[in-house]
Amino acid sequence: IRSEIGFQRKLWNPCGIQSLKKKKNSHSTDFEVHRNWLAITHNLPVSQWYYEATSEWTLDYPPFFAWLEYALSHVAKYFDQEMLVIQNLNYSSQATVFFQRLSVIFTDILFVYAAHECCKYVNGKRPGKELLEKPMFVLAVLLLWNFGLLIVDHIHFQYNGFLFGLMLLSVARLFQKRHLEGALLFAVLLHFKHIYIYVAPAYCVYLLRSYCFTANRADGSLKWSSFSFLRITLLGLIVCLVSALSLGPFAVLGQLPQVISRLFPFKRGLCHAYWAPNFWALYNAVDKTLAVVGIKYKFLDPEKISKASMTGGLVQEFQHTVLPSVTPLATLICTFISILPSVFCLWFKPQGPRGFLQCLILCALSSFMFGWHVHEKAILLAILPLSLLAVESPKRAGIYLILTTTGHFSLFPLLFTPPEITTKILLMLLFTVYSFSSLRALFRREGPLLNWLETIYLIALVPLEIFCEIVFPLTPWNLKFPFIPLLLTSVYCALGITYAWLKLYVSVLTE
Amino acid sequence: MEKWSLMTITVLLGLIVRWTVSFGSYSGAGKPPMYGDYEAQRHWQEVTYNLPIKQWYFNTSDNNLQYWGLDYPPLTAYHSLLCAYVAKLINPDWIALHTSRGYESQPHKLFMRATVLIADLLVYIPAVILYCCYLKETSTKKKIASALCILLYPGLILIDYGHFQYNSVSLGFALWGVLFLSYNWDLLGSLAFCLAINYKHMELYHSLPFFCYLLGKCCQKGLTGKGLVLLIKIAFTVVASFAICWLPFCTEVEQILQVFRRLFPIDRGLFEDKVANIWCSLSVLIKIKNVMSPQTQLKLSFAFTFLTLLPACIKLTLQPSLRRFKFALVSCALSFFLFSFQVHEKSILLVSIPVCLMINEIPLMCTWFLLVSTFSLLPLLLKDGLLLAYVVTTLAFLTVCATFFSIFEKTSEEDLQLKSLSLSIRAYIPSFKAFPKIIKSLFIVSLTLMGILTSMSATLTPPQKLPDLFPVSVSVVSCVHFLFFLMYFNAIVLWDSRNGRNQKKIN
Repeated sequence: IRSEIGFQRKLWNPCGIQSLKKKKNSHSTDFEVHRNWLAITHNLPVSQWYYEATSEWTLDYPPFFAWLEYALSHVAKYFDQEMLVIQNLNYSSQATVFFQRLSVIFTDILFVYAAHECCKYVNGKRPGKELLEKPMFVLAVLLLWNFGLLIVDHIHFQYNGFLFGLMLLSVARLFQKRHLEGALLFAVLLHFKHIYIYVAPAYCVYLLRSYCFTANRADGSLKWSSFSFLRITLLGLIVCLVSALSLGPFAVLGQLPQVISRLFPFKRGLCHAYWAPNFWALYNAVDKTLAVVGIKYKFLDPEKISKASMTGGLVQEFQHTVLPSVTPLATLICTFISILPSVFCLWFKPQGPRGFLQCLILCALSSFMFGWHVHEKAILLAILPLSLLAVESPKRAGIYLILTTTGHFSLFPLLFTPPEITTKILLMLLFTVYSFSSLRALFRREGPLLNWLETIYLIALVPLEIFCEIVFPLTPWNLKFPFIPLLLTSVYCALGITYAWLKLYVSVLTE
Repeated sequence: MEKWSLMTITVLLGLIVRWTVSFGSYSGAGKPPMYGDYEAQRHWQEVTYNLPIKQWYFNTSDNNLQYWGLDYPPLTAYHSLLCAYVAKLINPDWIALHTSRGYESQPHKLFMRATVLIADLLVYIPAVILYCCYLKETSTKKKIASALCILLYPGLILIDYGHFQYNSVSLGFALWGVLFLSYNWDLLGSLAFCLAINYKHMELYHSLPFFCYLLGKCCQKGLTGKGLVLLIKIAFTVVASFAICWLPFCTEVEQILQVFRRLFPIDRGLFEDKVANIWCSLSVLIKIKNVMSPQTQLKLSFAFTFLTLLPACIKLTLQPSLRRFKFALVSCALSFFLFSFQVHEKSILLVSIPVCLMINEIPLMCTWFLLVSTFSLLPLLLKDGLLLAYVVTTLAFLTVCATFFSIFEKTSEEDLQLKSLSLSIRAYIPSFKAFPKIIKSLFIVSLTLMGILTSMSATLTPPQKLPDLFPVSVSVVSCVHFLFFLMYFNAIVLWDSRNGRNQKKIN
């Protein structure tokens, strides 16, 4: 095992090296967002952090992340003092870019450690002779060289590697039966980025069912008498302590409402300017189609249709024309209903940590499908944990391949400048070729992982990409309907992701 | 995993590294009035597109040879013409006569980088893949590892995709030549090599080994029978390929002479800039340029060059084998590099690519040489602002080689192919047993020295009295290493008594 672990460390080296080279690219708005937060946390007292609004990119992550930026800002001042001045909007000297990229690479160490911990709990059916065919190695590569993570963190600029590291580490701790540590890590993670609240139900139910109830009856059902008050108290204590540490200072200052309003900005629309490929993308597409058909066949009155476009640049509220409009409450209810079956499954048929992982993935995927203002990057929340299951069973591997390929393809519109197009295609090809061939080699005896329909669907991504990026910009429709490529990408990927979600749900419920 | 998928992944990794490096700066970026090699290539597209062929190599009112005049053989000119046609479709401003001098923009940079990538994909990368796939007596794992290491060689990537040149085309053609020769398709091999020479005349460094090997083969077959037929066929192929490439220039003798004058600027002097070459290193101690006249310098450099490469070539002619041919490629090119006239530091690539071909057999020495060759390019890379790309690619290359070939373990004499030599030495010096340890420690000392010099060149400013301290030290250190490698590769060729067919199974 030692040589394999050493090999995995060597895997990280190239990974970090790749991201160091990618720093040469131009950067996105996320870069300015984080520079602004460095400036805010460095210069202002804590009481001002959630009120500062000189820049449009106000602080909208929970306090622990703010403290992380504060810590980074103390290193930043040795690279370039000017980046810490709040008024220097869009400041991006070479030293600034270099420092920011370096900070992402540095925080990724936690992700590497978490991947290493997860790899120890992979259950290979039979040990392969070649290192390349061992499930541990395949998982390590699938995690460390994940296309989505590379693109989002190192080209686009975010700290997701660090955050996913925390999540995977908490999952690994639950696998190791170190439940309190797992709970602690997740609580801390929630206070770094509150989007992980999507998977909180899985944690709560699992910890309650499998940790607080210490024993099961002979037939596997719940033994109510084995409830341990000590354990639930400990868990509650951990959560309260972490929350107190994070939100305490702001509660004392009476700023909690302001913090909450920053963290949950419901004024934004149902969908981003580019629709995340979830259920609402399909809903919007159907709505638009019905509207167009309706106008053509005179079912609808053109006057009554609102002019606001859903795919316009600003993220504003809008109304659907034919189908009923969707409110935040509606999305919450839909999300809640969609995670109920998996949560019930976790409660009534607990299968240990593996069952928990399945529930986590389903929660993440369901909230991606029905959430309000979901960003397409959120698909990574489902893809990364699914990698752990993919190397263990051929069925999961098939679902993983569909979800990963379409999920990664849906991230393409994030990079649209000509030099980045080549980079993203090469990286996507690399990851796709590797994931397909390594999983196929791993499950060589089980037969094909995908049926013919799924294969055709995935292959059709290639002509879709050629059409959207190369053919369409050269046609005259490009000026009249510039959103067509985004629409097509979003809807096509939504089909794939919905299919993968349903398939995974069915396979979990029928196990 | 299947071979084709592993090979695809290797190629994709190579392409990703290349494309990422190409985001960096290029030679002469933002430095009027002369700019650099990037502007030279753009200027050649302008000249070849707008002017008739007769004027390409001549000094006319439209074509000022002082401003990056064409000084490569015709195939480079045809390639530039092809690129110019594409450029015309996208944006004619890029190649407008006279007005496009010093044109720099992001789309143009993207276009130029794309031309390098396409040329690489069409010529060099297929040659590497085919070469590695058909290596004899090696496991799949070693084949893939060789392909990966060759594709990740930093020197070629940094020069082609950073500094900006098209070395991959000429080196690719030469590699096709070696590949065809290893299949005994001598005519195709000669044709490929002629194309290489007609793209960049520096490939003449490799011409002697090709000539000696083919001559030796013909002699083996018998100079009165089949051998003579083969010789005539090869000669015909060479003449025909040269004729086709030079066809537009063959109308007048003056045209051909002028091209030669541009290709071989004899009046330029023994060396320019700081090169890891004997003459430049010696000039630290003795100012050769002042001591001798240009004619004497020319004769001296010819003499030394041929003296050092003659032993290997003679052995190759007498006992031609593919293995000896590959080693002779290295030693001849290295002799030319060290002792020849007007050598540029980029010519080290002509030695590096043949060395890459042997990375499977002697991983430690090849990795060491390739690292030193990249290090010798450091002053050029610093001037172009490619320090980060250099550090990252070199570290990646070292990591990949160390992981796949376990170079730190394989340091015995057998691994270094020096068994016969060390046996002879042990007859005279009995205590020659600590060989592996010596080599390993030398390697580590060398790596440390290169690392220290790199960081010093990048961070410190030289004292005022010695403004060229760092480039000169880099050159001198590299030169010492190259001399050592020259002796090593010559030793292998001269003491090697095996022919190509009796190689042990290498795994």
